[in-house]
Amino acid sequence: MQVGTGTSVLNRIAIGKIRIFHQKEYKINEEFVEDPIPELDRFEKARVKVQEDQRILYDKAVASAGEESAAIFEFHADMLDDDDLIDSCKTIIVEQKHTAEYAVKQGFANTAQMFRDMDDPYFQARSADVIDVGNAMLDELLGFGSDIGSKDEPCILVAEDLAPSETVKLDKSLLLGMVTREGSSNSHTAILARSMNVPALIQCKQIDESWDGKMAIIDGYNACIYVDPTEDLLKSLKEKQNEDIRKEALLQELRGKKNTTIDGKTIKVYANIGGPSDVGAVKANDAEGVGLFRSEFVYLNSTSDPTEEQQFQAYKRVVETLAPKLVIIRTCDIGADKTVDYMNLAKEENPALGYRAIRISLTRKDFFKRQLRAILRASAFGNVGVMFPMIISVREVRECKELMNECRRELENEGQKVGHVEIGIMIETPAAVLCADELAEEVEFFSLGTNDLTQYTCAIDRQNAMLEPFSDTHHPAVLKEIKMTIEAGHRHGCWVGICGELGADLTLTETFLRMGVDELSVNAKSVLPLRKQIRSIDLSKSAE
Amino acid sequence: MQSGKVNQKGKEKIMKEFTFTVQDPMGIHARPAGLLVKEAKKFESAVTIAKGDKSTDMKKLLALMGLGIKQGETVTVTVEGADEDAAAEAVEKFLKENF
Repeated sequence: MQVGTGTSVLNRIAIGKIRIFHQKEYKINEEFVEDPIPELDRFEKARVKVQEDQRILYDKAVASAGEESAAIFEFHADMLDDDDLIDSCKTIIVEQKHTAEYAVKQGFANTAQMFRDMDDPYFQARSADVIDVGNAMLDELLGFGSDIGSKDEPCILVAEDLAPSETVKLDKSLLLGMVTREGSSNSHTAILARSMNVPALIQCKQIDESWDGKMAIIDGYNACIYVDPTEDLLKSLKEKQNEDIRKEALLQELRGKKNTTIDGKTIKVYANIGGPSDVGAVKANDAEGVGLFRSEFVYLNSTSDPTEEQQFQAYKRVVETLAPKLVIIRTCDIGADKTVDYMNLAKEENPALGYRAIRISLTRKDFFKRQLRAILRASAFGNVGVMFPMIISVREVRECKELMNECRRELENEGQKVGHVEIGIMIETPAAVLCADELAEEVEFFSLGTNDLTQYTCAIDRQNAMLEPFSDTHHPAVLKEIKMTIEAGHRHGCWVGICGELGADLTLTETFLRMGVDELSVNAKSVLPLRKQIRSIDLSKSAE
Repeated sequence: MQSGKVNQKGKEKIMKEFTFTVQDPMGIHARPAGLLVKEAKKFESAVTIAKGDKSTDMKKLLALMGLGIKQGETVTVTVEGADEDAAAEAVEKFLKENF
């Protein structure tokens, strides 16, 4: 087995035989011509023909790869209307008495060089477009046909580099993936790979002629290609590939669709995230918002107390990228099983019932205010909610709100921009469930944290494996508490969601819908399966 | 939009000029750039686009791309000719809607 590495364009797997693609070599006649008129004529005919071809390629690419990646062919067609480029070619024919093909090669090479000399990588990559159009002109002038994609077996295409016209001519159904020695993330290999949804490995320096016809796997996740892979590797990556295919089929089916039951009840399905790096997954899985943004990462990933600015930057990045989707940030939930050295938390006999979450925040107010200020500042960049964890009393909620107001006033006095922030609390203690009516008066939403709620209701330590036989994730007491919470919330105009693991439990989706839940927030990858489940439920039929 | 400048004969030489800041994350790039060129070509007036001390004819696609105009950069567009009012208006509108 040989392994090649490079830069991955798409997190996908491709498995198949390699086909090495060789670029055409043009034999350019460098002799002078007596009469430039026929050459000008040839040039003009080729120009018109190629322009027409590029428009056809545009239509073809719109159909096979979408408007966005097709756009480049319209640019190619427009390029052939560019006076500077055409005049430079014609000048070479008329004044230097060269053939049309020589003029094209020189004229296009000069323009390509202009782009190559630019600072910006996007514009640099356009030199490939110029060369590509130039080559199309040469094909026309020299009577070359295209040989690409003529074999009818699906393959992984390996080449030094691929021009857009070459990639689009490929029969998409036969293209499993692409590997090139050159290319950048702005190159057409990359752009088209993304729009055709096949993995590509660029900058792969190990490419070898001997790979032709061999079995290979492109592992887009790990940015490598395995040539002659072992059986085990083949098997495990095949599985990974199937998983991707299933996920994509689901996405295809459900993307953009509402979370509406057969009888017309719509709820929100949000994603839980742990930091800015999860934002891509939120988008990829088409979540409508973030129902739980665990802010612990800013504390756990830091060796010292994170500053307001550090927190602001992290929150802003998420909020801004996902705007106008709602992002609910849960304030610091450190303590119990999550501890950090710089906070100097004393060792406790019973940490789950100890000094944690809001209890720390409300006793270390400067620490808490840094976070609240960062959240408030981020709210100017999108749609933000905040929720407080481990609440057991109305007094705590009021204190949190007072601190929020204090921070808001401070920021406004400093001239900082602050947006509206929806305020909610986690319902994860039996005390909160029993006081839900009073708590609902104070806030705009509730989010049920079912993991802790189960642990506290059943008095079962969720980290103790010995208690497994006694634990019941669907314990009737917990389900009853969820129902009570939803009802109490609704009595006071609060919307109620579930952000704990139970929210993703598809066997309970119908139960929650019948209880009247407004939102379920789950791991990003559970969003679409949950959507599918919701869309299969009919609440007008009586429950089984 | 401003009019002005007086030519040597003391007669007012009309000309339209406006500035525009590019919002498009890709800058003035490939296909939209082609459309912009087409928009400018609809008019008889000379349309010049300048970034810093570099400027070019807006009717030339590759030269326009050669300016390498990126997001956040401000360009100055000058329109001069018989149909400059209409041209300036159309080009400005096009820029605002597409970049």
